[in-house]
Amino acid sequence: MAELAQDDGGAKKGGKKRPKKGSARIDMTPMVDLGFLLLTFFVMTSTFAKPKVMSLAYPAKDPVDVPEGQDKVNNAITFIVSDDRLFYYKGEFYPEGNPKGKPATELIETNFGPQGIRKLLADENKFVLNKKVELDAKLQKKQIADSIHKKELDDAKRDKRALKVLVKTDMKAKTRNFIDVIDELYIASIGVIAPVDIMNSEQALLDKTLNK
Amino acid sequence: MAEISKPKGSPSIDMTPMVDLAFLLVTFFMLAANFRTDEPVDISIPSSIGEKEIPPKTAVLVSVDKGGRIYFDVKGGEEVRTKILTDMAAKYKVQLGKEQIVTFSRMSGSFGCSMKELQQYLSLDGEGRKKYRREDPAFAGIPSDSTHNELKDWIYFSKGRMLDYGKDQFEKESGNKGPNGEPLKADDFKPKFILKADMDAEYVRTKQAIETFRDLDINNLNFVTSQEAAPIR
Repeated sequence: MAELAQDDGGAKKGGKKRPKKGSARIDMTPMVDLGFLLLTFFVMTSTFAKPKVMSLAYPAKDPVDVPEGQDKVNNAITFIVSDDRLFYYKGEFYPEGNPKGKPATELIETNFGPQGIRKLLADENKFVLNKKVELDAKLQKKQIADSIHKKELDDAKRDKRALKVLVKTDMKAKTRNFIDVIDELYIASIGVIAPVDIMNSEQALLDKTLNK
Repeated sequence: MAEISKPKGSPSIDMTPMVDLAFLLVTFFMLAANFRTDEPVDISIPSSIGEKEIPPKTAVLVSVDKGGRIYFDVKGGEEVRTKILTDMAAKYKVQLGKEQIVTFSRMSGSFGCSMKELQQYLSLDGEGRKKYRREDPAFAGIPSDSTHNELKDWIYFSKGRMLDYGKDQFEKESGNKGPNGEPLKADDFKPKFILKADMDAEYVRTKQAIETFRDLDINNLNFVTSQEAAPIR
């Protein structure tokens, strides 16, 4: 009871404590600091651009490899990718002095730009692309269902008249070059894409063309 | 002339709207963003018009960095990672401590070292693993040449284990039903095989990884690319 006694002695009369009037202002600065700290943290650590994938189906590895060039290529184009350079030839490959007496294949250089490979593929793959425009228009007008659109397009891509593409790379090619070509093939709605190994005769021709 | 009376004392600004905004943004970033995984390798990916998304749960990722080094990662639970590591350790007769196995199972991001080095690699801390033989030009990541192909074994064991894991996960989530209510097919839970190759990597190295996949009869590969808009004709 000592405190009480002390109180009795020292207290002024009417010394009741009153709450302060007016709005209580809280200093919000630390909270703001924290808020922005967290904000910075989340901005720095988060990613938004989710990388996408481009899928590519490879042909199954057969135990018995069909020798290349033996199977008849109806409507094909072969791209040969070197270090940031792109060459192509159409149809089958004929080395110099071949027994059939055909003129030797020559590599034509093109580029990865819209005026190069894209234009080339658009010209060569007209059959599928025209079909695609037609089907897209039908889909837009809701004349055909989504599944039919897909099926018809797939059929067109596998048609005899559709362009088939072989992609070959030499030792100096960069991954970027390969992906770029495959990407262009997808843009041009090419159905049959075959990434295959380069033949020795083609490599020789490529070396010759590169050294020119 | 009327005088403009200046307010005396320190002007106090009402910070409430600013705080509101700050916390709103914090909330947004917390919910909307997914964290960047701590990858040991910087890989600048090429761009393409591919629109498919990377499956978040069951994926086997092989990375090829700028120098052609090969890294490997399994996106699955701790359990499945432990199983794969145990398989590999048994095959290559590598003795791993319990702690090292735990480290491996919890590791986020790819790793790149041979089985011989694995023990040493797993004893390092996170920062050490990140820098592991970074500057060594002779370092080739996971061996993947035809005479000594460890990558093939990693993929092989992952393929089997991930299939079981994926099936488990899928069954738990969807109760034995496929996306359209049909019976569950293998395609629904099969792991996806992803190849993340640097755009400047030698294609020969990337091809080695591709061929390794193909040797195991995995012919459907996904290349990680950043999306670009498809050209309008």
